[in-house]
Amino acid sequence: MKKKVLVALLAGAMVMSMTACGAKKDDAPAASAAAEETAEAGEEKEEAAEAPEASGELIKVGIINNDPSESGYRTANVADFEKTFTEENGYEVVEKFYSLKNDEQIAAAQNMIQEGIDYLLLSAAETTGWDTVLKDAQDNGIDVILFDRTIDASEDLYVASVVSDMAKEGETAVGWLADQGLDEYKVIHIQGVMGSSAQIGRSGALTSKADAEANWTIVEEQTAEWNAEKAQQIVEAVIARGDEFNVIYAENDDMAKGAVAALDAHNISHGVDGDVVVMGFDCNKWALQELLDGNWNYDGQCNPFQAGTIDGIIKDLMAGNVPAEKTVIMEEKGFDASSITEDDVNTYGI
Amino acid sequence: MNNEKKVFSLSGLLHHQLFIPVTALVLLAVFNLIMDPSFFSIQMGLNSEGNHILQGYLITILDYGSELAILAIGMTLVTAASGGQDISVGATVAIAGSVILRLLCGASAREPELQMPIILAFLIAVAVSMVFGAFNGTLVAVFRIQPMVATLIMYTAGRSIAAWINHNQLPIVTDKSYSLFGTIIPGIPIPTPFFIAALCVTAIMLVLRFSTLGLYVQSVGINEKAAKLNGINPVAVKILTFVILGMCVAVVGLIKTSRLCTINYSVIAKDIEMDAILAVALGGNALSGGKFNMWASVLGAYAIQFLTTTLYKYQVSSDALPAYKAVVVILLVIFSAPSVREKMAAISQRREARKNAGKEAA
Repeated sequence: MKKKVLVALLAGAMVMSMTACGAKKDDAPAASAAAEETAEAGEEKEEAAEAPEASGELIKVGIINNDPSESGYRTANVADFEKTFTEENGYEVVEKFYSLKNDEQIAAAQNMIQEGIDYLLLSAAETTGWDTVLKDAQDNGIDVILFDRTIDASEDLYVASVVSDMAKEGETAVGWLADQGLDEYKVIHIQGVMGSSAQIGRSGALTSKADAEANWTIVEEQTAEWNAEKAQQIVEAVIARGDEFNVIYAENDDMAKGAVAALDAHNISHGVDGDVVVMGFDCNKWALQELLDGNWNYDGQCNPFQAGTIDGIIKDLMAGNVPAEKTVIMEEKGFDASSITEDDVNTYGI
Repeated sequence: MNNEKKVFSLSGLLHHQLFIPVTALVLLAVFNLIMDPSFFSIQMGLNSEGNHILQGYLITILDYGSELAILAIGMTLVTAASGGQDISVGATVAIAGSVILRLLCGASAREPELQMPIILAFLIAVAVSMVFGAFNGTLVAVFRIQPMVATLIMYTAGRSIAAWINHNQLPIVTDKSYSLFGTIIPGIPIPTPFFIAALCVTAIMLVLRFSTLGLYVQSVGINEKAAKLNGINPVAVKILTFVILGMCVAVVGLIKTSRLCTINYSVIAKDIEMDAILAVALGGNALSGGKFNMWASVLGAYAIQFLTTTLYKYQVSSDALPAYKAVVVILLVIFSAPSVREKMAAISQRREARKNAGKEAA
């Protein structure tokens, strides 16, 4: 009896797989035909670039981003794109794909190229492995616009990239810290995941400043991997060791929050008029609120609102204007607890 | 008579399950005593709200080791019954924490008032975690999927589910009373997680002492068929262990989110499953199932936190921590390998025999 059931199941599975193959075979020519069509459409588009929106046709875009649950930054980033690329604004989002895995993103990109899009908007999970698929996109007349992060590929493969300059964020923050005029800087430096572009950029400025100035010392330099709890444990270890410090330079808001929890547990005052200067990054709304309340001193922005800029670039391209600069760097602010306003919290908080 | 007693004390000590975790703790303690005795100092201090609080490395270990100990309870039972481990606990902690915060903060994630009593939100989170536990347990017990593979599903999907529960918002509890579970209760200077862990350990000890759970779990783990022939339902027992682990997960979710009154879906309780499994292994429990010793697992959990805190003290980079834990795993595996155990037993026997011979000659 059991054997019979097994045989029936196996037979069923075979039939299923055969039909699956068949379906694929049928699909393949259709897909390549579609790709050819878009290629032609792409050429036509270049020729007839003067009449873009007049026809009333929607601009087809495919969006590849990281998973919105990655961070508050990403949540705001994804929401910003979903708000901007709508039918009212003249766009049809053919497909959007969110993943933290590079290979899944590449597969999705290939799929989008097959389906036929005009623009591919891409925030790659990793910097490598994109050459082939971007070449494919180019062959099919699809313009690629990178946002948030650059990739290791020839500049010819994309028309624009709208990114944050993490090193500049670090420099702005360290510049602000230097302006505070402390007699001595004893810094606890809590780093993000080692090797990430945000970590490298934000660490670089502080490290070089501490090397250059005699009255700057790094009391502790440790990665908490963007994790609030690890940051809390690290600061607790420094306090228990009895080391003196007066600055906490945390490379994101979560870690700053963890560090402050450790300070609170040991009754060490922080923020405006406090003993310890607290610095964070990313401008989460709750973090800016901490600034407004005077519990923290500084928060550096990492601007997630690239969709508007990209919208402008696409409209320019459709009008036949190639952007003057291939790389557009987002404007990023740093907020000081003494000057931040309620409006700032609502406007820039993510 | 005298001889027999001696045999018991020497090889018995070596073979007692508590031997490994206690040795680990003693080794770490001795290391710290030699390097810097101030490791053991505890002072009474004040926190920023003016409450008395004990401070020092040992308190940190007690604090963070407690959540690991709670997870180790559930993980020990799962390991014993199914002969495999649940690798989804970190992700399900995120789910439990997300459920609590969603209920407390409401749909807008920024409600200034608590939307329901904390205890009610917690109980709902416990129920949700138990459902996820039952899901894992069913895959393992009914569909006979390898535990690690079965729980891989929740391991991959859990954090996305947690984010989805809160619509990707980052809720923050502004009510101060919520932070009591992860910090201290005013007037009591010892971190609350320790009391919660003590409560959990007491509860499970009472259950094991006064019910047949322990016996059933072990017999299913040792020989499923024999257990079945004796009228024990292995499927039910296995699912039950996963459900109990689900309860432990919800408690840890409460503590974790209470510490900072917020949640970060992608990093909360990250890699905690590895520490929980390591606690079970460090407790000398066979990872292939069967007999278990709950006290040993709990001690194992504190030993791991002892190691982590020691490494933080000496400024070991925290991304290098897993490498040190790997060394512990390697030592454990070697120590518990059958061939090594046989050799050690043979050596201790030979020594006993030689002693006996010496005595007889005298």
